[in-house]
Amino acid sequence: MSEVKSIERDPLYVVAPSIVSPATKRAGKILVWSTFLLMLIIGLIQTLHTFEKIDFGFSNWRPVLYSYILWAIAIGYSRVLIYGEKGKRNLFIFPAVMFIISIVIFPMLFGLYISFTDWNLSSLDGRKFNGLDNFYQMMSDPYYWNALKNMIYYVLAVLVEFAIAFLLAMLLNSQIRGRKFFRIAFLIPLMLSPVAVSWMVGKSMLEQRFGPVANLGRYLGWETPTFFSSPEIARLTMMCMDAWTFIPLMIIMLLAGLQALPKEVLEAAKVDGANKWTMFKNIIFPIMLPVSLTTLVIRIIFKLKLADIIIIVTAGGPGGATDSVTSFIVREYRDRSNVGYGTLLSFVYLILIIIFMTILIRFVNRWLQRAA
Amino acid sequence: MVTASSIMKNSISEKVLIYGILLFWTFICLFPIYWTATTSFKTAASVTQGLLIPWIDFEPSWKGWRNLGFSPDTIFTESNPREEFLARFFNTALISSCASGLAVILGSFAAYGLSRFNYKFGFMRNPDISFFFLSQLILPPVVLALPVLVLYRELDLLDTHIGMILLYTLTVLPIVIWIMRDQFNAVPIELEEAALVDGASVWVSFFKIVLPIVIPGIASAFILCLILCWNEYFLAALITSTDAKTMPVMVASQISSQSIKWWNMAAISAALCLPLIVAAIFLERYIVKGMAAGAIKG
Repeated sequence: MSEVKSIERDPLYVVAPSIVSPATKRAGKILVWSTFLLMLIIGLIQTLHTFEKIDFGFSNWRPVLYSYILWAIAIGYSRVLIYGEKGKRNLFIFPAVMFIISIVIFPMLFGLYISFTDWNLSSLDGRKFNGLDNFYQMMSDPYYWNALKNMIYYVLAVLVEFAIAFLLAMLLNSQIRGRKFFRIAFLIPLMLSPVAVSWMVGKSMLEQRFGPVANLGRYLGWETPTFFSSPEIARLTMMCMDAWTFIPLMIIMLLAGLQALPKEVLEAAKVDGANKWTMFKNIIFPIMLPVSLTTLVIRIIFKLKLADIIIIVTAGGPGGATDSVTSFIVREYRDRSNVGYGTLLSFVYLILIIIFMTILIRFVNRWLQRAA
Repeated sequence: MVTASSIMKNSISEKVLIYGILLFWTFICLFPIYWTATTSFKTAASVTQGLLIPWIDFEPSWKGWRNLGFSPDTIFTESNPREEFLARFFNTALISSCASGLAVILGSFAAYGLSRFNYKFGFMRNPDISFFFLSQLILPPVVLALPVLVLYRELDLLDTHIGMILLYTLTVLPIVIWIMRDQFNAVPIELEEAALVDGASVWVSFFKIVLPIVIPGIASAFILCLILCWNEYFLAALITSTDAKTMPVMVASQISSQSIKWWNMAAISAALCLPLIVAAIFLERYIVKGMAAGAIKG
C-alpha cells in the first residue's frame, strides 16, 4: 500500500489485474542471471586469451558483444516476467536507455581511462599509463588554448546570426506573396552537406584567382581578395560559411514562434496607434523571448560541434586562426595518432561545455522567470 | 496630416524594401547551387575566366559528368568512377535509413513512455530521464569518437555498416525523443484509457490507437534524421575506410586530392546535394514541422 502511495498516479492510469505467479518470477530471474553468467564466461575467456594465458579464444571481442546484447534482451524480457503489466510499461523506455548506456557511458568510461595513457595507435607498444602527463602537456599547449579562444569568437557570432535570422523571419511572417517559394529557398542551405558546402563555397566560390566572390571583391575595389591568408579574415570567412548553413534553422524556429503570436494583441496595439518599432520593442520581442532563447541555446549547441567545414577548407590554418576544438583534436590525432592526448583534450572540452551550458541554461531560466 | 497618398507611398516603398531583402537573401541561398551546377558543365577555360551564364557566356560541356560516368555518352558503358559513386551512394542510403529507422523506433517508445507513465530509476524521475536523453545532444561527437574508434577496433566493427548505424542512431536519438514527446503529449489520453478498460494491454493500445495518430510526426522525425545522417562527415571520416565509406567522406577525400579538376568536383558536389534539394522542395512541410517542434514549447 505504501508503495502505491509513494509513486504518484501515472497520467495513463488503469487498474489492471496483474498477478504474476512465483514460478514465472523465478524464470525471469534465472534468465537474467544465466545470460549474465554466459557473458562473464565469454568475457573471461577472451580476456585470458588476449593476455595469452590460454591459447583458445576468439579472434576479436565480438562474441562478448553478442552475449552482452543477449543479456540486455534477457533483462528486458524478465521485466515482463517479474513485474507483469508494470514491466511492460518499463519496456517503453528500457531499450533507449540501454542503448545510450551501451554506446555512450561505456566508451566514456573507457575514454576516461585512455585519457590518462600515452597511446600511439600506430606503434606496437600499446598503451602506457602516464598519469597526469597529458594534462600538463595540455596546460602548456598554446594551440589548444587558441582553439578554445576561437570557440568563444565562434559562439559570439551566433548573436549576429540571430539578428539576421530574426529579421528574415519577421519578413517571411509579413504579408507577402510567394511565401512558400521563399521558405523553400531559405531552407536549402541547411539541407546541404557541410562537405559539399566546403567545396562549393569555401574552395570554389572563394577561390582567389577566379572565384565569383573574389571577382566581385575585385570589382568593388578590393585589390587582393584572399579569404584565408590573414587570420582575422579567415576566421570571419569561416563564421560566414557556418552562418550561411545554420541561419535557416534559426529562421524556421523563430518563424514558428512568430506564427504562434496572439493575433488579438497585435491588432489591439495597431488600433491604439502603436508604430512598428514600439510594437516590436514592447510586444513582439517580449512575447518571443522564450522562443528566441530556445533558438539561441540550440544554435549554440550546434556551434560547439563546429568542425567539418574547418577540417576540409582550412584545416585550422593559417596558424590555427580558424581552429575549432574539434578540428584541432582531429588534427592532433591524424598527425601523431596519439589517442590518449586527444581523448584528454576532448574530455576537458566536454567539461567546459557542461559548465558553460549549465550556466547558460540557468541564466536563461532566470531571465525568463523575471520576464514572466 | 496623414493623407491617403502618403500612406500608399509609404507602403509601396516598404514593400520594395521587404521584397528586396527577401530576394537578396534568396540569391545568397541559391547562388552557390547555381554556381556548382553550372561549373559542372564548364571546361577548364571557362572556369578560369569565371564565366557565369551557360550558352551566353560559355558553351556547356559534359566533361565533369563524363569523368563521373553520368554523361549521355558514358551512361551505358562500363565506368569505374560511377561504380564507386553508386557504391558510396548505396552505403550512405543504407546507413542513414537504417539509423533513422532505429532511432525513430527506440525514440518513439521512449517518448511515449515518458509522456504516459511515471518512472523511477533510483533517484531518476521522469524529468531527469528526459534530461538524460536530451543531454546527449550537447555531447560533441569528438568526445565519443576516439574511445569508440578504439573500442570498434577491438570489436571488429571498424568500417562496417552496423557500426556506423549504431553511432548515427545515437546522434539522432535525442532529436527524435524531443520531437515525439510533443507529439504524444498532444494525443488525448482518454482514447487509450477506453482501450485499456476494455482489456487491451498497453502495447496493444500503443500500436493500434496512438501510433496511427502520430504517423505524420514520426514521418517528420524520420526525414529530419535522414538528412542529418546523410550529411554526417566527422564520424564517418574516422570510422570508415573502404567498405562502409559514405559519400561525404568520398567527396572530402576528392577535395583534398584533386581540387584543380573543378568540373569533376562540381559534378560530384552537385550529385551529393541533388537528393537533398529535391527533398527540400517536396518535403519542406515535414522538415519545417520537425525543426519547429522544439521551438514553440521551449
